[in-house]
Amino acid sequence: MREFDYERAHDVTGAVALLGADPDARYLGGGTNLVDLMKSGVERPARLVDVRELPLDRVEFTRNDGLRIGATVTNSDLAAHPDVRRHYPALTQAVLAGASGQLRNMATVGGNLLQRTRCGYFTDLAKPCNKRVPGSGCPAVEGEHHNHAILGASAHCVATHPSDMAVALTAFDAVISYETADGPGKLPLAEFYLPVGDTPHLETALPPGALITGVTLPAAPVAARSRYRKVRERASYAFAIGSIAAALDVHDGVVREVRLAFGAVASRPWRARAAERALTGGPASAEAFAAAADAELEAARTLPHNGYKVPLMRNLVVAMLTELTEEAAR
Amino acid sequence: MAPTTSSATTSTSSTITLHVNGEKYTLPVDHRTTLLDALRERLDLTGTKKGCDQGQCGACTVLLDGRRAVSCLQLAVAAEGREITTIEGVADGERLHPVQQAFLDLDGYQCGYCTPGQICSALAVIEEHAAGWPSAVTADVRPEAGVPQLTPEEIRERMSGNLCRCGAYVSIVQAVARAAQSSDTRSSDTRSSETKEAAA
Repeated sequence: MREFDYERAHDVTGAVALLGADPDARYLGGGTNLVDLMKSGVERPARLVDVRELPLDRVEFTRNDGLRIGATVTNSDLAAHPDVRRHYPALTQAVLAGASGQLRNMATVGGNLLQRTRCGYFTDLAKPCNKRVPGSGCPAVEGEHHNHAILGASAHCVATHPSDMAVALTAFDAVISYETADGPGKLPLAEFYLPVGDTPHLETALPPGALITGVTLPAAPVAARSRYRKVRERASYAFAIGSIAAALDVHDGVVREVRLAFGAVASRPWRARAAERALTGGPASAEAFAAAADAELEAARTLPHNGYKVPLMRNLVVAMLTELTEEAAR
Repeated sequence: MAPTTSSATTSTSSTITLHVNGEKYTLPVDHRTTLLDALRERLDLTGTKKGCDQGQCGACTVLLDGRRAVSCLQLAVAAEGREITTIEGVADGERLHPVQQAFLDLDGYQCGYCTPGQICSALAVIEEHAAGWPSAVTADVRPEAGVPQLTPEEIRERMSGNLCRCGAYVSIVQAVARAAQSSDTRSSDTRSSETKEAAA
């Protein structure tokens, strides 16, 4: 590991000033991803600015304004918060589906959003990787890719975004707040993660040196009827091979409002807007759910070993929406 | 609290004070030092074990401010100012903590290497459950649904961050269940003040 300077920030302005414009500096939150990547040499910061003690550790809910989550709120505290469990249950389920109890206690909301892909080539310094070394190539396209992207990928990178939390946030129209030396800014989560294209090393639209300060979820009554489901290769403590956040408002058998987001199928949490459009105003039936999934997955481009994700996601859409419909009828 | 440049011998090391099991230890550390290595190599608290050293096995689990964490991904310098509890701080002198006693009585281990991490994790599982936290297998996470029973399924999910390569899981689940059942009667128990705060 490269030697590094360490400074602890106590307020947001101070943190941003400490990091400055230094490309070799990183903010340190819980460290569950960054410290791991520093050990493996993927990340080699010369300076860490510890932001864990910043006063950004509150979760606040109002019926008019929705949910405000501070960037240093731990994953555990977010999942356990009564207002999150009551008004955005899929968010609690998504967070609890990720990592382990120990890691959720350490990991912050801001860091969760910025965690890096778990593609094995990205973390293996002996292999090329366009995300780690631009222009070096992507061995996953012809190599080990059974858990790689089927939507929005490119020939340059087929890695997936590993967060469960971000999938639920995407379904709920989250807005990311950040601070820079030039003042604060906001980014809808839909614009937060950049398209892969030929620049997979550029992952977010955050300005250089920006510090995430919080996440806002607008008030959305439909979110109270939401669920998250994760499919993985063992029962617990593993990254998803496919996941879904869904919220549904059904009245007299007609879909009034629906939210759908997919995880582990793209370089970012994937909002299934084509499926939402196909469903809204139509019947809440298994046939309609399957047709909507097909509308979304029409854009899927599979590789030899990840084609299973298309029927997997189709089945998840049908199963989740069917469950939510039955729940609404009770 | 925070390490200052005035106490740093270089910009890549600092003299820090760690609060471990109620004791204060002041030591210079290279910033690259993990809490795990500081505990084992510098403070001679070797009860905390190094397994994978990448946050995947849970052998290095300790309590930070009463909450379980993997010490291999925690930088020592960033742990300054926090209350650290290791397996050495769990018992009350010669009197074992009920979680330790349950692991002993029910053979919740084979080789024992993962056991300190299992026990620290189990302490926190019981506190988290008592605080009403749901888990990934909780059917209804809404607060109105109440606290889920600490069933074997719930225990397996909540303990999934601790691997046991001997495969003593059946006994581990039984030990955690027994310790959780007895936790109501631990009015004069030996829990550290930090873990009590976690339940508050």
